[in-house]
Amino acid sequence: MTYIPHSPQERDAMLAVIGVKSLEDLFKDVPARHRFPNLNLPPALTEMEAAADLGELALGNENVRTDLVSFLGAGAYNHYIPAAVDHILRRGEFYTAYTPYQPEISQGTLQAIFEYQSLIAALTGMEVSNASHYDGATAVAEAVNMAYAQFRGNRTKVVLSPSINPQYRAVLRTYVQDMNLLLIGDDPKVVNSDQLSVISPEGLIPLIDAGTALVIVQSPDFFGRIFDLGALIEAAHARGALVCVAANPITLGLLKTPGEMGADIVVGEGQPLGIPLSYGGPYLGFFATRKQYIHKMAGRLVGETVDSRGQRAFVLTLTAREQHIKRERATSNICTNQGLMALAAAVYLSLLGRAGLRQVAELCYHKAHYTAEKISKVKGYSLCFDAPFFHEFAVCCPRPVAEINAHLLEHGFLGGYDLGQDYPELENHMLIAVTEMNTKDEIDALVDVLAEVSHA
Amino acid sequence: MKIPSGFKYSKTDEWFDPATGKMGLTDYAQSQLSDIVFVEILVNVGEAVGADQQVASVESVKAAAESYAPVSGKVVAVNEELAGNPEVLNSDPYGKGWMVQVEGGDASGLMDAAAYTKYCEERVH
Repeated sequence: MTYIPHSPQERDAMLAVIGVKSLEDLFKDVPARHRFPNLNLPPALTEMEAAADLGELALGNENVRTDLVSFLGAGAYNHYIPAAVDHILRRGEFYTAYTPYQPEISQGTLQAIFEYQSLIAALTGMEVSNASHYDGATAVAEAVNMAYAQFRGNRTKVVLSPSINPQYRAVLRTYVQDMNLLLIGDDPKVVNSDQLSVISPEGLIPLIDAGTALVIVQSPDFFGRIFDLGALIEAAHARGALVCVAANPITLGLLKTPGEMGADIVVGEGQPLGIPLSYGGPYLGFFATRKQYIHKMAGRLVGETVDSRGQRAFVLTLTAREQHIKRERATSNICTNQGLMALAAAVYLSLLGRAGLRQVAELCYHKAHYTAEKISKVKGYSLCFDAPFFHEFAVCCPRPVAEINAHLLEHGFLGGYDLGQDYPELENHMLIAVTEMNTKDEIDALVDVLAEVSHA
Repeated sequence: MKIPSGFKYSKTDEWFDPATGKMGLTDYAQSQLSDIVFVEILVNVGEAVGADQQVASVESVKAAAESYAPVSGKVVAVNEELAGNPEVLNSDPYGKGWMVQVEGGDASGLMDAAAYTKYCEERVH
């Protein structure tokens, strides 16, 4: 089957209009020796053969739906995705829709994004949300871009908590490498086990001064701990700095919102909202802030208005902020959003509603605390930190995490995250996440295997 | 196209009133930009500005533009009203839409109304 729709007659007609004799003539600027490079491809497969090959490869996958019981979190979580999410995403109008630059033919897409923005603003306790970023890590980077732009480059320090997801901090360092910005607060020499247990948001306060553009904290932090950020936010504001809180959206159904705590920017990873783990992506970065900062906010923004007939309509708005118009003076290079994933989040939140989301959060919280309680009673294991946690907690193990996880895998469990990978002082520390997907039987079985492993 | 005769004009479409020291965007500039939604004044009272230094950032529904000081001088006032009412730049560019007021400004290098009128007519856009 040919996938190119033009007939030879149509091609000749087009060539005649532009005054070119043949298709080959269009490529004459490519040097002859590079025009048809030897690609060394194997012989073409039929669709049947290709499907068989790919099927064979796919058999190597193990997934958390049917193969493994997961207790792994560290930034992406195994939550239940209602069937309706996928059905709505797969509608052609959404699945293949491109950027809604022409509002007259994109009202469905624009309304869906507007609903998503409204949900995120409500969830975070903030005044406005953009149409989304690629993931939690880049959303954090955009918060830095925004703070930098807000102060017009006059404040050049960003204070980071060491308990922010290490990948977010690495992405941030990539983003700011040619900007006149200093990132401080997450020095690895500071983060050993004893100091980590006393590191609290207030510990960042001495680092904040009149040169600080932004203070960034995560709650729950990478170790699962939740904090009241009121004191930190007040101290930052007293010194004129902005505060960005990176939050897990599931917690926002239960706990005090960062907006209520006084945050200026709230970002996070939206994957828990109806998006599968998918081996790392695509995920969803949400970004919310206060109206006074809207002109320095990056990303797309959908607004509600009326058309020439007075009917409600949606459009992309405040587009002059964006990189394709403001160019090098824009806050960021980003002029896109994560449309399909934002739709998934909007569908998920609509299906659950306020009460449903709260229920998911409560199940995660209670199951995690049950798990932590049981593990702490197993000889050789202890909980590493005292602070209150949501659905993730660090366990100090009697043996290296990699060994324990190998045993767990043999029993069909995906074990927790090895914190020693990112924090050299935290060897034998395993970060365990529990969600509504974990049954009591699974948790009890996990604890049994952990007990078994410590004796081996 | 309104081009008041008593004012002076820069090639980057700012007007300057030698009598008051105020400056802003010309009628030509605001009509090219279309509906203005955001104005950010980048200089503070007391600051010294040089001619051609950027003093403001303007965003409309379809474009973003920079505004430059037509003369050197010391900033004695900035128009605080514009932040909340950017549309004033469209409706009253030479009156309520003033952006920055300087003292000590030398307007001799600027175009007069007739020269600016000719300049606008000759432009291709």
